Amino acid sequence: MKGPGFIRPREAEGAVQAALSSRQKVKMRIVSILLLLMIALLARPAAAFDANAVSALVFGDGEEQVAAIAALVADGDARAAKVLEALAQGELKSSGKRILIVRGGTATDALSGEVLPAVPADSEEIIANNRLRRELAGGIAALKLVSPDRNTRLAAAKELSGGADAAMLPLVTKALDREGDPAIKAMLEMIVAAMEIKSSDRELRFAAIRRLASSGSRETKTLLLGVLEKKDGAWVETDADLRAEAEKSLRAVEGKLVWGERVGLAFAGISLGSILLLAALGLAITYGLMGVINMAHGELIMIGAYTTYFVQNLFKLHAPGAFDWYLLCAVPPAFIVAACVGMLLERGVIRFLYGRPLETLLATWGISLVLIQAVRTVFGAQNVQVENPAWMSGGVEILSNVVLPYSRIVIVAFVAVVLVCMWLLLTHTRLGLFVRGVTQNRAMASCVGVPTGRVDTMAFGLGCGIAGLAGCALSQIGNVGPDLGQSYIVDSFMVVVLGGVGQLAGTVYAALGLGFANKLLESWSGAVLAKIVVLAFIIIFIQKRPQGLFALKGRSVET
Amino acid sequence: MRAGPIASTLARLYGTRGWVSLGLCALLLFVLVPLGNLVTPADSAVHISTYWVTLIGKIMCYAMVALAMDLIWGYCGILSLGHGLFFALGGYAMGMYLMRQIGREGQYKMDMPDFMVFLDWKEFPWQWWNSDQFWWAMLLVIAVPALLAFVFGFFAFRSRIKGVYFSIITQALTYAAMLLFFRNETGFGGNNGFTDFKRIAGIAITTPQTRVALFAITGAALIATLLLARYIVTSKLGRILAAIRDAESRVMFCGYNTVNYKLFIWTLSAVICGIAGALYVPQVGIINPGEMSPANSIEIAIWVAVGGRGTLVGAIVGAGVVNGAKSFFTQAAPEYWLYVLGLLFIAVTLFMPRGIVGLYAQLRDKWTGRAVA
Repeated sequence: MKGPGFIRPREAEGAVQAALSSRQKVKMRIVSILLLLMIALLARPAAAFDANAVSALVFGDGEEQVAAIAALVADGDARAAKVLEALAQGELKSSGKRILIVRGGTATDALSGEVLPAVPADSEEIIANNRLRRELAGGIAALKLVSPDRNTRLAAAKELSGGADAAMLPLVTKALDREGDPAIKAMLEMIVAAMEIKSSDRELRFAAIRRLASSGSRETKTLLLGVLEKKDGAWVETDADLRAEAEKSLRAVEGKLVWGERVGLAFAGISLGSILLLAALGLAITYGLMGVINMAHGELIMIGAYTTYFVQNLFKLHAPGAFDWYLLCAVPPAFIVAACVGMLLERGVIRFLYGRPLETLLATWGISLVLIQAVRTVFGAQNVQVENPAWMSGGVEILSNVVLPYSRIVIVAFVAVVLVCMWLLLTHTRLGLFVRGVTQNRAMASCVGVPTGRVDTMAFGLGCGIAGLAGCALSQIGNVGPDLGQSYIVDSFMVVVLGGVGQLAGTVYAALGLGFANKLLESWSGAVLAKIVVLAFIIIFIQKRPQGLFALKGRSVET
Repeated sequence: MRAGPIASTLARLYGTRGWVSLGLCALLLFVLVPLGNLVTPADSAVHISTYWVTLIGKIMCYAMVALAMDLIWGYCGILSLGHGLFFALGGYAMGMYLMRQIGREGQYKMDMPDFMVFLDWKEFPWQWWNSDQFWWAMLLVIAVPALLAFVFGFFAFRSRIKGVYFSIITQALTYAAMLLFFRNETGFGGNNGFTDFKRIAGIAITTPQTRVALFAITGAALIATLLLARYIVTSKLGRILAAIRDAESRVMFCGYNTVNYKLFIWTLSAVICGIAGALYVPQVGIINPGEMSPANSIEIAIWVAVGGRGTLVGAIVGAGVVNGAKSFFTQAAPEYWLYVLGLLFIAVTLFMPRGIVGLYAQLRDKWTGRAVA
């Protein structure tokens, strides 16, 4: 019955304690816990700051401390919150019989609020063990429920909905009465119901289960499933009516969850599709329009990502204040660097291999190996850290079980912008006209004075620049390392092949379709199997329609 | 009278010089290397260490793959970026048998292979049926790559998928297979694959004698493959293949069904890869899904390109040179190997379209051409 190690040696009581037999000690402890509980219950309606509980928290042993936390939480007093937070932060100290909150070198008496001239030399920290810390976290959250700040209350309610101790029921009910905000109120109602479902009052449990039906969160589902649990073939819950009620509520909750999952799935599909599209857009130009197999495309994505990393580091070094804007500033360099590398490649290597696609494939593969190793030499073989700017972290909560991360939303929007820009470039500019002309009939274009060589270089640079943009975006959601490009190359080729060569619209449909198909299959069969199934599907599909979804009609097909 | 056709066939394959050099190679592989490794003392100058035996054995397996690649790429114009898959499938078929041969000597001292014990499987999955029989393993080594290649090729060639499209799809195929084999549920040891082999056909696998025997078998297989390939490319079939490579439409207009020819050479090429993989695994002692990675398959193409496409000897030379350089660099300067390999890809495609074997002819043409002009 010796308490765990967190009990502070209590020198003052040492002599008395030694005189008592161990059995007496046990008795005394039980009595004191009972007393504390009574005090806690009595203190609740009065809502007064309970000095006894505070001293029990400081000087008591494990059980007493837990009881004291419950008592302080039931109080709902702001000063109690301060004491609990101080304990959680390790700022609660004792000096003789006084209890102090020491923060930043100034000591405040926890009971009277009096500021001491100096921190007493004999002050000792109160150490909280793990169990106490858990209790503290729950208690502090409960106390925050009555805070005047809406966001604090919302955060606290969210924390409590993960699972709250039944002892906090009175406080949560009190907070519920006071709450004005409908969103928080709904959450609190669910919390109360979750607590009441475990109570011993049958009517209360019925009411709670009925109320849970209007919730749409996973926690509620687990809670209701708990009522319907079976152990060794027998129901854990013996009350059949209660079970029937729980089943009804469960169905209602599941109905709502399914909707959330559908929305989540749809967004995941769009998100993956947009990433595939971004990775494949550049390829759609270099392969689709120009017929150049660029196996180094993935490495140009990687170069874009590393450019973003470089810009990020520049901001960290020279303009830490504007760090949040580094990503926007990284977009043009990512495009330019990748485009320059691409144009260099086109001038240096690929130009000599036009009309020999298989050789182009091998040469660009060689280029990709060199680029990977070059990045390893410069930046190291390890993944580098690219941080999200503050405005990209977090997300929008649409339903209780669907959170759309801002980073994904930003990328979807970014892809849309890039797509529109590219479409405008190809259809409304002179360069676009030239590119389309050279694609359709190189010799004729050359005859009417299109500088085909320069157009090739520009178009290739454009495709590579878009790969750089893709790298900039992908750096925000995945690891950035030398092998980054390798993981996208097969996927992006699949998109282009499926969409049909020479067609931007085909690429868009193929990317979104593949994204959806992948996510849909993933929810059934797991990520790896989904990918295999999708690849197998593409292989079979290509057998049926070798020219892709949107085949070019006419003479250009023959080439 | 019966000697006539055989003699003429032999003469068709290689001239006297060719046969003599082939005989010298056979002498080297079957007599000198075994003697150098087993008989001579370890400190003598002519001793060939086990490291070299294993390395050359490995490279000979690669050379078989290169021959297979040369048959379809060099002679039929089909660039496969998925030949690593057939190689790995042959290796896995052999690996299954070798895993069963471990018996109870694994880490867990159980009847099942270690990874199955680890995954808490109680019985063998269906893929492992009969896998303790050597003849069954041999059958799988040939049948699995052949079947996959036949089915895949049938649909691909029938739909007239060719050129780069075909390359990319074969790459997707090997990529998908790699993902599949990475899964524990597939039943082939997940990403660790098979390793820790103890014996083959009841004989301990790590003794020098077994290694030399495997080495000699690989050498024999390589020479047999070379002769078979030579037989094919000098036959009428070989000429049709070359014609398909150069102008497929015209061959079709002449009344040939090109699908059958392509399908035959494609399936044969896959089978050769499977056999090479089966010889590779006991010598190297490990097989895992990494062998199926697209990068490995694309490397096979560069062996052939470096040696010289459309010349069978070139494929062997290319495999030897590239892999020799690889084992040199990965030991001496591992950070430079990718540079070398990458630049090799670029340089060979840009400047050496005929590879090492054709380098002399290329330089001579250039020189004389310039001299004429």
